[in-house]
Amino acid sequence: MNKFLMSLLLITVMLAGCTKKSDGPIKIGALFAVTGPAAFLGEPERNTAQMVIDDINKSGGIKGRKLELIAYDTAGDATKAVQLATKLIKDDKVVAIIGPSTTGESMAVIPVVEKEKVPMISCSAGIKITDPVKKWVFKTAQNDTLAVGRIYEYLQKHKQSKVSILSVSDGFGASGREQLKSQAAAFGITILSDETYGPKDTDMTTQLTKVRGLNPDAIICWGTNPGPAVVAKNASQLGIKTPLYMSHGVSSKKFIELAGEAAEGIRLPSGKVIVAETLPASDPQKQSLISFVNEYKKKYKVEGDHFGGHAWDAVMLLKGAIEAGATSADAIRNQLEQTKQFHGIGGTFSYSDKDHAGLGQDAFVLVEVKKNNWALVQ
Amino acid sequence: MKSELIKFLFFSTIILLIPFVIGDGYLLNVMVFVGIHTMLAVALNLLLGYAGQISLGHAGFFGMGAYLSAILTTTYGFNPWFVMPAAAVIVGTLAFIIGLPILKLKGHYLAMATLGLGIIFYITFNESVEMTGGPSGFSSIPNLKIGSFVFDSDLKNYYLIWLFTLIIVLLAVNLASSRIGRALRAVHDSEVAARVAGVNSRLLKVQIFAMSAVVSSIAGSLYAHTMTFISPASFGFNFSVELLTMVVIGGLASVYGSFLGAALLTLLPEFLRAAHDYDIIIYGALLVVMVMFMPGGLVRGIPDLYRKIILRKGAVDNA
Amino acid sequence: MSLGVFRRGIMLFDQILQYVLSGISTGAIYALIGIGFSIIYNATGIINFAQGEFVMLGGMFTLFFLETAKLPIWAAAPTAILASTVIGLLFERLAIRPLKHPTPINLVIITIGGSILIRGLSMLVWGKDTHSLPPFSGENPIHIYGATILPQHLWIICITAVIIVLNKFYFYHTISGKAMRACSYNRRAAGLVGIDVRRMVLFSFIISSGMGAVAGIIVAPLTMTAYDVGVMLGLKGFCAAILGGMSSGITTVVGGLILGVLESLGAGLISSGYKDAIAFIILLLILFVRPQGLFGKADSERV
Repeated sequence: MNKFLMSLLLITVMLAGCTKKSDGPIKIGALFAVTGPAAFLGEPERNTAQMVIDDINKSGGIKGRKLELIAYDTAGDATKAVQLATKLIKDDKVVAIIGPSTTGESMAVIPVVEKEKVPMISCSAGIKITDPVKKWVFKTAQNDTLAVGRIYEYLQKHKQSKVSILSVSDGFGASGREQLKSQAAAFGITILSDETYGPKDTDMTTQLTKVRGLNPDAIICWGTNPGPAVVAKNASQLGIKTPLYMSHGVSSKKFIELAGEAAEGIRLPSGKVIVAETLPASDPQKQSLISFVNEYKKKYKVEGDHFGGHAWDAVMLLKGAIEAGATSADAIRNQLEQTKQFHGIGGTFSYSDKDHAGLGQDAFVLVEVKKNNWALVQ
Repeated sequence: MKSELIKFLFFSTIILLIPFVIGDGYLLNVMVFVGIHTMLAVALNLLLGYAGQISLGHAGFFGMGAYLSAILTTTYGFNPWFVMPAAAVIVGTLAFIIGLPILKLKGHYLAMATLGLGIIFYITFNESVEMTGGPSGFSSIPNLKIGSFVFDSDLKNYYLIWLFTLIIVLLAVNLASSRIGRALRAVHDSEVAARVAGVNSRLLKVQIFAMSAVVSSIAGSLYAHTMTFISPASFGFNFSVELLTMVVIGGLASVYGSFLGAALLTLLPEFLRAAHDYDIIIYGALLVVMVMFMPGGLVRGIPDLYRKIILRKGAVDNA
Repeated sequence: MSLGVFRRGIMLFDQILQYVLSGISTGAIYALIGIGFSIIYNATGIINFAQGEFVMLGGMFTLFFLETAKLPIWAAAPTAILASTVIGLLFERLAIRPLKHPTPINLVIITIGGSILIRGLSMLVWGKDTHSLPPFSGENPIHIYGATILPQHLWIICITAVIIVLNKFYFYHTISGKAMRACSYNRRAAGLVGIDVRRMVLFSFIISSGMGAVAGIIVAPLTMTAYDVGVMLGLKGFCAAILGGMSSGITTVVGGLILGVLESLGAGLISSGYKDAIAFIILLLILFVRPQGLFGKADSERV
């Protein structure tokens, strides 16, 4: 009887301590994977979102009203993302949600926002998020279809058609692998082999040895740090001379740092942010890019990167919608849908009722590692 | 027996009344998950607390139930109400077959074997991309429905899930105070002695293993239909550890203790939300501290503490 | 036609050779970690789930001393080993020794809890980034017939061999080593002849955490290091220990090598996605069929 009463008593106490209420400025919710396996996405995204909102508030808010960012850490867990999305909507009463950071989490949260009718701007790349279009779901991260297209376009131009794929067995890698396979035919590419490796694997010489035996024109590795760095080093060890292509998942200085000399000559599609300085002055994004990179560096001591950029775009897009007069979830959604030609970090966004991803092929450029730094490939 | 029935009715009443107290907000959503976790914790407790067999791979059975339900209802269009028991039977049979060799092991070896089993399940979920969607997850799972009444809101799911959970709690309480429950505890204390007394310990262990897998599978199916999206990440080693923690913290061999552990571990992150980066440390510390100072779990530890500190009496050992 | 077949045969041979070589060096790491498991298990009957974390600590501490304290590598590495050993000592003192009811369940949970704690603290202190360590002697690949290995792989194999020899020496030719072996055969008897069993427990943790740290340091230049590299490595190291029958000698080394090579061959010849599953399937098979390991003698249970 004791054990039983104890359990009930404790539960009652806990439930009592769990309720909350609030009101005031315009509330924007955010779901970022700040800890866990996707922390390399969530942390810069949260930092950036906070930075931009602080800036907006410092200059007086939007039409006199301040913005409040309520950001929760999902740890990359889809279940938590769903729970926290519900919390943001029902308890915190946000008018919009930025994030989540990963495709898996975004797919899990979509039914929630569709049901509760709150707009969501995802920061993840999976094409399934906005294709088919869902009324309340937008995204700022470039589709991985665009990234794949960039690589294939380049290969086709250089008459290279035999490709071996090596992808990581997580959401990001799986999505890229799907795109690589489905778009191959359109660019005249034949896929010779399709290998995978685990996110924590430390040695890919086995897969690369298999690939080397098939003699492809190019090897495309789709993953996020540290896997691709290991792949690069292994390839160098095995003496593989085949050109190596990576995904935008490693479009950061970190990759060059991890892979060392083995990184030289590797090409990958990337948002323009990592080559911001070298862009021509006529590039419409250059200004936003440089201010973002520098401001992030001032505040957080490292350069603003590709992933933080997704959050930057999301906040600025919301800002634009609110500036146009929208303050309720419904109005914000409508306003977002009408955004045209917004020059952000990820690219130039133009949404429509048929397109909630908003970016075109220009969102990605092809870059190459030259002398331990990124250089634009023409 | 009568006191058990009274306890159960009391418990059920409180559970049924909770939505009226906390309203239809975020907390209700969390309580739905508490329901699923309680089901899982009770299942694991039967194996761990009563029979004394460690399993570090129970998330695998949970995942199997979830994926079987998801795939058979979404990809093949079967009726979810048929698929749920069918999946449970499949998972139970699989568990029985695997249980036969695996439960010959004891202690650490059993722990490691179940750990390996759980990981093999996880890798299978992750790699069979055509069927399970792989790491990107599996979406558009239909909600459960009866006729035209669809279980698509937190409130409806709360009652649906807790109905199942309460049934499982009742069955577990019944089992624990029955002959089988005593046999289980005999096996826990000394398997050889139990065998000498006529208990077919080997079969019993495998049966309990299979039963707890069946319950986990049902929990998985319910989870799939409630979330409408599942991904392998929810069914890995980390979740198995979480389940283990729930059972240990709540109290081994105590059905209501499992509820306590499940509720605590599901609600605790809400309290710790302000300290997000620190929660993993608190989690690990909690495990260590609980085992060191309250090995009987909260359900025995707190009354003990109360007695020791407030009443200044000696600790009483609750069996 | 025969030339084509011949050439393909050579290529297959090259590939298999590569798989085997890669497998051997990974296997050596598994062996080192497995020996760490065995030492603690033999002296205390505990499976230390946190063993993998000491491997991680080795790498991370070395990085810390290299970059933050700016020590040169030959000073940073030993200091890192020392630091990891201190953590091992603390772990035993604070978490293991005070345990009132050391049942397998409690031990499993406490060591799991400990490993989560260590990982969490590492994440807080060092962040979540991955870092690379410079290799000990360069990165120029060495060619053996059609396959290549890196100098670091040779370091791994050599250092593992040295550790095995040191181990053998310690356990068979020093008093404290023999005392630890006595504990593993029969704790009570060992206590009766005057061996301080509790101190042996402490020693076993110190030695294991030190060995784990060494494993972490020599493998980090190849595989990079981060706060969570310990988990999988620990599990695989445990498989190696089981294969070897939980001995702290050559059989665990063989177990580790077999595991590494089988894993590599499986990934290369069958499927790379299921590579990790291979290790665990092997583990399950061994536990089902021959739980005493490939080389051990069957255990009898005392009632």
